[in-house]
Amino acid sequence: MNVSNIKNSQVSPSEGFREAFTLHLADNALIMGHRNSEWCGHGPILEQDIAISNIALDLIGQSRNFYQYAAQLFNQSTNQPINLATEDSLAYLRDVRDFKNCLLVEQPNADWAQSILKQFFFSTYQYYLYQQLQNNKDEQLKAIAAKALKEVTYHVRWSSEWVIRLGDGTEESKKRSLKALDELWMFTGELFEPAFYETTMNIDFVLLKEGWTKKIRSVFEEATIDIPVENKWHQTGGKIGDHTEHLGFILAEMQFLQRAYPNSEW
Amino acid sequence: MIELNDIRIVKKIWEILETVTDPEVPVLSIIDLGIVRDVQLLSDEVEIFITPTYSGCPATEAINMNIRMALLENGFFKIKIAQQLSPAWTTDWMSEIGKEKLKAYGIAPPNSKQIVCSPDSFQKEEAIQCPQCNSYHTRLVSQFGSTACKALYQCNDCKEPFDYFKCH
Repeated sequence: MNVSNIKNSQVSPSEGFREAFTLHLADNALIMGHRNSEWCGHGPILEQDIAISNIALDLIGQSRNFYQYAAQLFNQSTNQPINLATEDSLAYLRDVRDFKNCLLVEQPNADWAQSILKQFFFSTYQYYLYQQLQNNKDEQLKAIAAKALKEVTYHVRWSSEWVIRLGDGTEESKKRSLKALDELWMFTGELFEPAFYETTMNIDFVLLKEGWTKKIRSVFEEATIDIPVENKWHQTGGKIGDHTEHLGFILAEMQFLQRAYPNSEW
Repeated sequence: MIELNDIRIVKKIWEILETVTDPEVPVLSIIDLGIVRDVQLLSDEVEIFITPTYSGCPATEAINMNIRMALLENGFFKIKIAQQLSPAWTTDWMSEIGKEKLKAYGIAPPNSKQIVCSPDSFQKEEAIQCPQCNSYHTRLVSQFGSTACKALYQCNDCKEPFDYFKCH
């Protein structure tokens, strides 16, 4: 698949629901992983710097598995044997409008409290999503999810412990946790609003939201943070390529090498 | 006769793979790690099925390269390495010899049957034995250590910090 084809992926007939869904999973993991990697060398203490860099590594690894599978799906359905899709072309040569990650993961890291809360919201979402995916009919998605679930379990545990420490911590950490919640909550609704390509993938979004909410509620309780009242309005659009201004800056940095030195490999 | 010969060759390949080590934990062979899931022989082509430990483990690439090198050195020229994701790798597949080697190397081996791999926060901690002084009086410093597969611990008795090959 060449770049111009990928650019038009939203209307491209070769991008079926399965391809789009696989790319969505890959983009989520890659962009969250990239955000985490920004902490490398900047963590508050060495152990936590290592922890968040490890999580970045897990997520980027997961995204590779999804991109490789997406590339395989594209190449099966393409009638142009030249310019085949690869994990690199999918990660590095698509533009903002082609990325299908949810808005939550592209939000800036801000301070540690905000990064932690973002991680907690996202990892909990991944946890319940992968739990369902590991029983999916698609054998490859099933295998990637089952493997990734073991890693995500550690991410949920780590981030929830931090949410509790900061929420139920000092006056300053509490203040920052509440500010983070105020800034991120509006991006959580999108996680449970299926995009067109998710409707045929056998994901029970009601169950997903239930599991997620229950976990958030119990951790917030321990963290002495009030869960916001559910608001019908929320930010949305990332899953179909309508992103906040932040994604472009991430891609500019992340894709620079591949665009400046074409065909380099991971 | 051909079949018998094939069995011998496959056995030989397993022996060669025993010499390939994990670059991050050089005392462990990839057989000890339990990541070699199958070896198949199709006429003159060797196919090795590898399951990665962690999705993002950077050692996987190095291991694949080392497998190729070891097989080439032994006269196998057509080599295919396939990634097998399912069933997902678990530390239960690590050999007992591998666990002993780890401990001797100063890394606490994974406890058999994990009890802390749940998403609950601040759960009861598993007793991890210090590889230096054998005390169980140890504490978790961080769930994430020098590589994806390890957590960081410290012994409360001999005070030595150590890596724990975490359950997975």
